[in-house]
Amino acid sequence: MPSFAAIIRRDLRLAFRQGGDGAMAVMFFVLAALLFPFGIGPEPEILARVASGIVWVTALLAALLALDRMFLTDWEDGTLELIRLSPLRLELAVLAKCLSHWLVTGLPVLAATPVVALMLRLDPASLPMLMAGLLIGTPVLSLFGSIGAALTLGARRGGVLVSLLVLPLEIPALIFGVGAADAALDASAGSFDLQILGALLAFALPLCPLAAAAALRQALE
Amino acid sequence: MHRFANPARFMRVSTIVLPWVAIVTALVMVAGLVLGFRAPPDYQQGDTVKIMFIHVPAAWMSLFCYSSLAISSAIALIWRHPLAEIAAQQSAPLGAGFTAVCLITGSLWGAPMWGTWWVWDARLTSELVLFFLYLGYIALANAFDDPNRGVRAASVLALVGWINVPIIKFSVDWWNTIHQPASVIRMDGPKIASSILIPLLIMAIAFTLLFVVQLVVLMRAALIERKIRALRQLAAESASTEYGLAGTEASA
Amino acid sequence: MSDFFAMGGYAAYVWPAYAVAVIILGGLTLNAVLRYRAAVRELDTLQARRPGGSR
Repeated sequence: MPSFAAIIRRDLRLAFRQGGDGAMAVMFFVLAALLFPFGIGPEPEILARVASGIVWVTALLAALLALDRMFLTDWEDGTLELIRLSPLRLELAVLAKCLSHWLVTGLPVLAATPVVALMLRLDPASLPMLMAGLLIGTPVLSLFGSIGAALTLGARRGGVLVSLLVLPLEIPALIFGVGAADAALDASAGSFDLQILGALLAFALPLCPLAAAAALRQALE
Repeated sequence: MHRFANPARFMRVSTIVLPWVAIVTALVMVAGLVLGFRAPPDYQQGDTVKIMFIHVPAAWMSLFCYSSLAISSAIALIWRHPLAEIAAQQSAPLGAGFTAVCLITGSLWGAPMWGTWWVWDARLTSELVLFFLYLGYIALANAFDDPNRGVRAASVLALVGWINVPIIKFSVDWWNTIHQPASVIRMDGPKIASSILIPLLIMAIAFTLLFVVQLVVLMRAALIERKIRALRQLAAESASTEYGLAGTEASA
Repeated sequence: MSDFFAMGGYAAYVWPAYAVAVIILGGLTLNAVLRYRAAVRELDTLQARRPGGSR
């Protein structure tokens, strides 16, 4: 039954029907980012300096929201077993799950970024690099997140645990993503940071599904 | 499988060997400390260089313990070896301890030398990530009602995080960091004075022996705790059959 | 002797560093030993209570 495309289609259909995850992620992203002017104060100079960092951190946290449910409902209702027994390789199924997670949370967050960034007084010159960084970085979040989601299937307080496990792994993406956005301000090595981000993605694409599939096999025993 | 891999044999061998290793550990530790305190102050760093005798061995141990954790986890996952599972689980808090010592003593050394308690450079950040990996391992292993599931999940995490170890080691070479570049484990040999190098290596040996002692004691405790759980379960099962709950036994 | 304790003026950094190491590493070692002793005690109690020794 499940093929790569079928998994994605099913997840997207479920996401639209329930309307939950994607809208929640974007709402959290926007609201959390907008908390900062209240906390830091509305001075444009200060906000502008930290805007790219705030966008990245809140995007990360928003993507984390839906992570523990990446495999959970499928695990509980037996779909995950079906997927494992099907001819589709478990690693490819994980990749499909990551893609649907990104489509449902990462992409909407990416779409909301210009609005949020400009509300945080980000220098518009940095915006293209910020978006480019997030475009590469949000799939990285979904990929590393799949490992955490697979590891914590059936754990007590899985949601918090996923954050604890995944956030340290995401820190390199965060560092280089913000680096790219900030470097654009002085027209310097922004592309270097993007290249490192791209390398992270290239590294995560084959390896994260491997690790997540191994974790899923442990969970399904 | 390996001759010493049998839990009962492990208990027997460790009962004999452990006291001697503990004594040697204490002696080496004392020797390292004495030599360390008698080392002359550095012309640049003054007496703060004495922090190095704690900080560097702790850093080396943080990586060593994680590698031992990763290897035990791999063995536990591939061969389901009970001793490997126990070794992995017990070494996590020990590794976290060494990492914490490394981070804290590093800050105490950096404050007078660099003028700051913390800096987000590659080495410090990746060592902090290592600390979180240890904590994540411990949290994950304890997060499941079925402890076997917990150890297996945590083993996968340990293997995934192993990539952090070479990142930490080579971070000072790959990036511009405020942290000192490698001065002991290098391609062309160590480049620090022997009056500092020798106490450093002795303390490193002392810390390694300490880890071995701590780990063996914890493994023995864990094995005994397993026996206790098994006995309790046996007692509960036989009690239920005595009262006819299993339906077949008439009386004890 | 007081020179030794002053550590060339860096006493406020050097001694806390050693103290932290003693507390954390010593604490872990102590915890290990206490846990082992408690386990042994409990095992002895369990085995003494059971009639006829180990099954």
